[in-house]
Amino acid sequence: MKIEVRLFATFRNGRGKKVVVEMNNPTVTEVLQSIEITDEDVAILLVNGQDGRFDQVLVEGDYLSIFPPVGGG
Amino acid sequence: MGRYDRNRIFTASEMERLQASKVCVLGCGGLGGYIVEMLSRVGIGELTIVDGDVFDDTNLNRQLFATSENLGEVKVFEAKKRIAIVNPETTIEAVNAYIDSENAKTIIGDADLVVDALDSVSSRLVVQEICEELGIPFVHGAIAGWFGQVTTIFPGDRTLARLYQDKGDHGIEEELGNPSFTPAAIASIEVAEAIKVLLGKEEVLRNRILMIDLLDHEYHVIQMEN
Repeated sequence: MKIEVRLFATFRNGRGKKVVVEMNNPTVTEVLQSIEITDEDVAILLVNGQDGRFDQVLVEGDYLSIFPPVGGG
Repeated sequence: MGRYDRNRIFTASEMERLQASKVCVLGCGGLGGYIVEMLSRVGIGELTIVDGDVFDDTNLNRQLFATSENLGEVKVFEAKKRIAIVNPETTIEAVNAYIDSENAKTIIGDADLVVDALDSVSSRLVVQEICEELGIPFVHGAIAGWFGQVTTIFPGDRTLARLYQDKGDHGIEEELGNPSFTPAAIASIEVAEAIKVLLGKEEVLRNRILMIDLLDHEYHVIQMEN
């Protein structure tokens, strides 16, 4: 099954605006690992546009959106 | 008088309310300089400005109150001097200290609202907690390179715990730095939020985070489940 990952800000560097990962019922963490992003790198995680969890098991058609932490002032 | 003549979006009673308001701005760097300037120009009566730092030459690319003539000077005292000539009707309390869990309650005190112009996650989380204890709303903003975010936190919302939980003390700004335009853009949105909170307008970013990407021109409002 294919999972689309929509990337924002610096996650786009070297990856583009989205990547499609092919895995069978992976967790969010496993999908992110496959594109070399750790849970700690992610400030906001959305699954299908809603608040998501890293241990959530994904099904066909799910898509992720991830934003990195922004902390400057 | 002409000073507030162009503030025509506000009724007379709203203008009076702004002039009777006290706002605490935490941080007087990239975001804080613009925030203080805008809050003063719009007519906020009292501002508490808090920062323990002095200006150095790395501030010159973006911090409104940093000039080639005041390097080494205390940021909040320079801010006070500037506002004295921009709008002498704004009373400024300049606090030359970094906000922490020891001093936060005293410094924030009886402010109607706190505006975030800090640059560390840990101090923001302290402020969120103290604002909750004091029952004061807190407008959060943060910047990094082309990117920024704004949300408005009411006591009990704890939105920052969601954004920054188990993360380091800094974000991608460590790598990207901050140019001149991102702080100005995010500061403007924080000030708009601040004004709306003070005037009791409902259309604020509560439990919603505005994520801004000035590079690709993407503006996302993300609903957070509370």
